[in-house]
Amino acid sequence: MKINLLLFLQTAEVSSENWLSSPGVIGTIVLVFIVLFLGIFIFIKRLNRYVDLLEDNTKDLTEEEFERRLINLEKKEVDEILEIRQQGFKEIKRQEDSSEGASKYSGFIQKIIDPKNPLFDEKARSTKKIKISKELKQIIVWYLGAGIFWLVFGTLVGQYLGMKFIWPDMDKISWLSFGRLRPVHTNTVFWGWASLAMVGLGHYVVSRTSNREIFNYKWSKIAFWLINSSVFVGNIFLMAGINNGGGEYREYIWPVMALFAIGIIITFFNFYKTVATRKISEIYISNWFILASLIWTIVLAIIGYFPSYQDGLGETVIQGYYMHQGVGMWFMTFTLGLVYYFLPSALNKPIYSYSLGVLAFWTQMLFYTLIGTHHFVFSPLPWWLQTVAIVFSAGMFIPVFASTLNFLMTMRGSWNQISKSYVLPFFLVGVVFYFVGSVQGSFQAFRFTNYLWHFTDFNVAHSHMTMYGIITFLMWACIYALLPKITGKEPPQNLVGAHFWLAFIGLIAYMVSLMVGGTLKGLSWIEGNPFIESVILMENYWVWRAVGGSLMFISHIIFAYNFYLMVRNKKGVTLSGLPDRQARKQTLQTQSK
Amino acid sequence: MLNLHKDHRNLVLIAFGVFVALSIGVAIIPAYQMQGYEPIPGQKDLTVSERKGLGIYISEGCVACHTQQVRNIEMDAVWGERPSLASDYYYSKQRMDIWRQSPSILGSERTGPDLTDIGNRQPSDQWHLIHLYDPRLVVEASIMPSYSWLFRKTDTIALKDDDITLPRDITGMEGSDILVAKEEALQLVAYLKSLQQFSFEDAPPTDFIPALPKKDRNNGTTTTSTKSIGASLFQNNCAACHQTTGRGVKGAFPPLAGSLIVNDKNPEMLIKIILMGYDARQEYGMMPALADNLTDEEIKAIIDHVRSSWGNSASKVPVETITRLRDSILNIQ
Repeated sequence: MKINLLLFLQTAEVSSENWLSSPGVIGTIVLVFIVLFLGIFIFIKRLNRYVDLLEDNTKDLTEEEFERRLINLEKKEVDEILEIRQQGFKEIKRQEDSSEGASKYSGFIQKIIDPKNPLFDEKARSTKKIKISKELKQIIVWYLGAGIFWLVFGTLVGQYLGMKFIWPDMDKISWLSFGRLRPVHTNTVFWGWASLAMVGLGHYVVSRTSNREIFNYKWSKIAFWLINSSVFVGNIFLMAGINNGGGEYREYIWPVMALFAIGIIITFFNFYKTVATRKISEIYISNWFILASLIWTIVLAIIGYFPSYQDGLGETVIQGYYMHQGVGMWFMTFTLGLVYYFLPSALNKPIYSYSLGVLAFWTQMLFYTLIGTHHFVFSPLPWWLQTVAIVFSAGMFIPVFASTLNFLMTMRGSWNQISKSYVLPFFLVGVVFYFVGSVQGSFQAFRFTNYLWHFTDFNVAHSHMTMYGIITFLMWACIYALLPKITGKEPPQNLVGAHFWLAFIGLIAYMVSLMVGGTLKGLSWIEGNPFIESVILMENYWVWRAVGGSLMFISHIIFAYNFYLMVRNKKGVTLSGLPDRQARKQTLQTQSK
Repeated sequence: MLNLHKDHRNLVLIAFGVFVALSIGVAIIPAYQMQGYEPIPGQKDLTVSERKGLGIYISEGCVACHTQQVRNIEMDAVWGERPSLASDYYYSKQRMDIWRQSPSILGSERTGPDLTDIGNRQPSDQWHLIHLYDPRLVVEASIMPSYSWLFRKTDTIALKDDDITLPRDITGMEGSDILVAKEEALQLVAYLKSLQQFSFEDAPPTDFIPALPKKDRNNGTTTTSTKSIGASLFQNNCAACHQTTGRGVKGAFPPLAGSLIVNDKNPEMLIKIILMGYDARQEYGMMPALADNLTDEEIKAIIDHVRSSWGNSASKVPVETITRLRDSILNIQ
């Protein structure tokens, strides 16, 4: 019913005079505002806490005075208080039913009031150190460390490419030219950063939810080296001008991609065996997503590279299928699996609805698979294939709504966590972008919006909304939720905050500038203006994109440093790393200072 | 029965099976069907050097910014006479070698212009070579990378007879240095020039889907003045060489501002050059014939624009003169 309604709206509005009234355009504007409001919401929450802190600092004086009085008490005075207290104790014993304590000096707490100073209450690190085996910890740190290396490298390349739009003559070196470097950026952040981070975190989830060790840590290491060498060798080939044919995310030639695929196959069997020998009868929903995404990606890589149906436009059909599924079946599915574990565990409560998770799982498989061709609307591909893609793009609302609802309802009641740590803000941004990015993607498949936006920079904005806003933010949330628990070391909140805000504001600048520029570009084409005008009009938007990109890149450097702080071996820097008594002593000392 | 919550084997098998079934239906079968299309009768295969040029086109990643598909929507009508067909790609989209698959030339991003018909739009070798060496020499606002590694610098004395060179003054050469196009550059240009949309007799009638309703479009055309039509046509057809400023490119393409031919009272020479092309002067590149690309009205709009811009002030040209000259050229041929 919903789909019908949307399709009806869409066909009715395609012939509208005013492009602004097209439902896809309106919908997208609404979605962008959702993100902006989210930013403001988190900002106010954090600001609130900061203001509280400032107020608390003034209150410290009264407390210090109180402390001074305590210390300066005469022995006689102390005896008097003791006597009153003892008396109160007796009185309570005498009239047990009476709710009113006889004396307010009894020393018993009658009522818990709001702690006046959150500095003592909220900032107390509740991080419990979780004991995991040395091997598992090592594997997680390996995967995440390598992933972060590729993140910094890949986004450095991306930043350089963004600057080439403004200064095309920055260099005249063949292996640094735009056409060769662009796939280096996309493939590095895909197969390097996001894939390694996901698989690393996946090891923890699979092991914890099966209540046993990973089946074989040696396999994990082999997969680690295979994936890394695939990205390393692949990038060198790309810069040397050797690529598979220019199709997006299929630029690595098959021997290179085979390394990656073998790594994924090994990982699949490793995880599968672990789940198969689990010590809990139910398979936790995260494992559904993780195992399925691994098996789907193996199928995908084989179909994407198998040669016998790829001549002529056969290749284009496969390209639409492959590049869409690469995002949907690999990154999105795996990441959802991680969030189904890490979000509830970070908030220390169960997931809101298990059934919604199952619904999201099956609809994700059904609808996502069918919509690849929406990257080629109006192309010479068969019209039925394009129609199927457009219709089921609308069907994508079901898994997206199901998961978003599930996550938001899980977060409900824990909003004050936002002011306590940055884990929830990262999750919240990721989940809201999951909703916004996916729904916007479906809107973009509609006929008029596709007419307006396809081939423009709007595509680039969309892909960063999804791969960055969803996948990368959720990955960060999981890492910040997990690592302190297993290493016992936390990075300073200021640095995590700097990471969060630079990445978030950078992404907004990136996204909005390319969305506005892309729309103007599309309108310029519709009006039939000379092509070069659409290049000239983008100039300022490309500058803003580069500014946003720089902020994002700086945030990754900070993130890499935070990661270093979380995993380094040096002891005694953070309190939670110390033995309990010593820590308490040190806390007292810092407080009294 | 399946007990998916507890039976990991069934769970993985079902996820695998359904996904494979869907993939076969939505990707593999349509891919086989699309592969079965045959070339349009009369369509030519790529020559050896054109195919090598295609290889360079792919390895330099040109597909990142240039599409090669004319969609069946109105805004794409400037890129070709008709929407692209599956058969158009019969020869160009074949597996390149054992390592590399069929090239993804349709593209997904149009940061630069569509190239489906670039061979018709821009048939000049010289223009392509200068443009590859430094795009900003011929298109001022271009943000395309310069492919200077497709050229080598050599001494004028060491030139061989069959070397293709670039004009010395605009490429900033000093002493007796001169730039010679490497074989790769020539192959790439051969490929670019081979990109001409194949037109055939029984082509299906071109119907491009408009973005806005008919009513709106009519309003649009009546309000647009002929002057801006001329400017726009000039921008699309002429400015790549003669530049938006009408100043041309020194040593490659002649200026139109202040040109004697342009400002001549009798416009016949100018019209003939546009219709038949021109290659009489050594120091400049070849001008292609545009008779097949432009209608008489369009040529009039361009001429009127050229003759009244950048300080030029010559009279307007009646359409009849153009029609008469076109007819007489046809008669000669």
